[in-house]
Amino acid sequence: MLEDKVFSGERLTREDAIKLFQSDDLFTIGRLASYVAEKKNGRNAYFIVNRHINPTNICVNRCKFCAFSRSKGEEGAYELTIEEIIKKLKDGHGSRVTGHGFSEVHIVGGLHPDWPFEYYLNMLSAIKKEFPSIAIKAFTAVEIDYMSKISGLNLEDTLKTLKKSGLDLMPGGGAEIFAEGIRSKLCPEKISGDRWLEVMEIAHNAGIKTNATMLYGHLESIEDRVDHLFKLRDLQDRTGGFQAFIPLSYHPKNTEIGGFYSSGVDDLKTIAISRLVLDNFEHIKAYWIMLGEKISQVALLFGADDIDGTIIEEKITHSAGAMTEEGMTKEELAYLIKKAGKTPVERDAFYNELWKG
Amino acid sequence: MERIDKQTALNLLKNADLLEIGELADTIRKNLHSEGIVTFIVDRNINYTNVCINKCKFCAFYRDVESPDAYLLSNDEIFKKIDETIALGGTQILLQGGIHPELGLDYYTDLLKSIKDRYSINIHGFSPPEVNYLAERHVLTIRETLIILRQAGLDSIPGGGAEILSDRVREVLSPKKIKSSQWLNVMEEAHKIGMRTTATMMFGSVEEPEDIIEHLDAIRSLQDRAGGFTAFIPWSFQPKNTELAQNSPPHPPLAKGGRRGGINSKLYPATAVDYLRVLALSRIYLDNVKNIQASWVTQGLKLAQVALRFGANDFGSTMIEENVVKAAGVSFRVSREDIIQAIKSAGFKAAQRDTYYKILRSF
Repeated sequence: MLEDKVFSGERLTREDAIKLFQSDDLFTIGRLASYVAEKKNGRNAYFIVNRHINPTNICVNRCKFCAFSRSKGEEGAYELTIEEIIKKLKDGHGSRVTGHGFSEVHIVGGLHPDWPFEYYLNMLSAIKKEFPSIAIKAFTAVEIDYMSKISGLNLEDTLKTLKKSGLDLMPGGGAEIFAEGIRSKLCPEKISGDRWLEVMEIAHNAGIKTNATMLYGHLESIEDRVDHLFKLRDLQDRTGGFQAFIPLSYHPKNTEIGGFYSSGVDDLKTIAISRLVLDNFEHIKAYWIMLGEKISQVALLFGADDIDGTIIEEKITHSAGAMTEEGMTKEELAYLIKKAGKTPVERDAFYNELWKG
Repeated sequence: MERIDKQTALNLLKNADLLEIGELADTIRKNLHSEGIVTFIVDRNINYTNVCINKCKFCAFYRDVESPDAYLLSNDEIFKKIDETIALGGTQILLQGGIHPELGLDYYTDLLKSIKDRYSINIHGFSPPEVNYLAERHVLTIRETLIILRQAGLDSIPGGGAEILSDRVREVLSPKKIKSSQWLNVMEEAHKIGMRTTATMMFGSVEEPEDIIEHLDAIRSLQDRAGGFTAFIPWSFQPKNTELAQNSPPHPPLAKGGRRGGINSKLYPATAVDYLRVLALSRIYLDNVKNIQASWVTQGLKLAQVALRFGANDFGSTMIEENVVKAAGVSFRVSREDIIQAIKSAGFKAAQRDTYYKILRSF
């Protein structure tokens, strides 16, 4: 019995995971996931006071699910200077929206054809100099791979150089779905799934914690989802460097593949099954920008223990028809968590507790 | 399953684990609607006027007669809206206004007749506050008023204006609106003369859990006696642009102003978890009401999909036009195709129905 496995802490197999995705028994799946979440994190549900910065939307890749990227010179293309980035951080830092300073800045952007490696290093050190207490979570594995190419350094040296300039953690983006067949349809120019995993492994070994994601609800099969989760679980067994897993629901607007939004039921099931399969991940995040604050809140009762943060200014998902606000206040996040019957915990980038409601 | 009493219901509402209460509601829904079909209706809300003397504190839609953006639709404007509705496959119009102090029964009967002369479409119209106002104005009984309206062409009555059927709460929210007993009386009289109606509940404002139970119990008791409710529709208070939100004290733990309602708005809407809990309890408690509607208009499509596993079996209307919730800052626009897709991807068969829940077309 699958229940017995979960209660005794036995690992689920691929077949178990496939069965779960095929099952219609939403409530049992949710209860089992809740049981695991509570064993790991008690009644706590985490959020962070953070800010997103997207330095540029100019990108040499043309992923078909992306509505954010532009070519150089194309209408709507932009690139921020380091001064503009610092200004954005200053504007929100300690404002009444956040209540106090940001604990983390999340930086991801397009693969800019002209920016040298030094631009990124200068960006990191400028932020660190101005805001020594803000953790910098920056650059997906895709950007790291690109920086290794433009710098001529291997992955390990690229990461170590970035770390020396101020990189604290890495986000989990760019994983999309590892299955090659689907990946080549979604994002033919993007690094392969294996390369993504390789970047993460080297980052973990260099002492850089990261997150992991999975983009679902487009063309993939149940088997593709399960395969994705197991690759992450295997890597986590080796390195232990992943902090949180974040399933990302596909948004169809303004993208080349089109299609539909994932269903709210699928969102909850995917969160729950991720919690059950990824027994070596401490945290499962219901990212409210993607899921909507309503589904994210309900997801806290389906195995998630984190709803991300204040964000302030979200661009990427909103380019593809996100129906959420671009930011939330600390009070709103804490209120949603409380009303789900959980204890709101404001965390820093490394899940240290800063405030408990 | 045995009928649950008020005390058990209160306990479920206050203390039950969300998944537990959801699963119970889901099981009941499966038994009542074993074919796995989720229905919807193609219709349009026509708000013939926004002038209203009731001025409820939770409402962002009403205006005074003298207000520069007060309006009263002409019959031609209404006909144009009906033409568009029929062109989109619509079978019903929801005709509802404010309570306009200058309109008497003649206005209503003329409007109904002129619609029925031109169209064969179901007129779902005039919630109990409007019916009650006409009866008082013309010194008629409720029954007489309803019969006059029905003869002119009114088919069925929407369940609006119920808000929370607890006079303690109504005194705060809507002191000028009809009391609980009057709302129930209009519905009972309508059912007695063979008209079908729906019932609604607006929660998430200033009520206590006990008030929600009182509301559900009043609906269940009336349904036992009269049996004319086709569906129950719970939805949550939407605070933006309402007097209630602007004059409310800070909502703990939200001492600082949220951006959503502006600095002065401290009243937060019921959250998704609250909505699912009330919805599930409604399914469990109202064992004599066959259909429970999910409110995608207030909750969004994704949560409405989840609601289909928490007791709901109907997706309500495609809402070719909706004005009242939109005035309170919530606007989810979707097409009929979006609704069909949403129902299917939540794991159900989608079907268009008429006012009486007869299936017209499966998708």
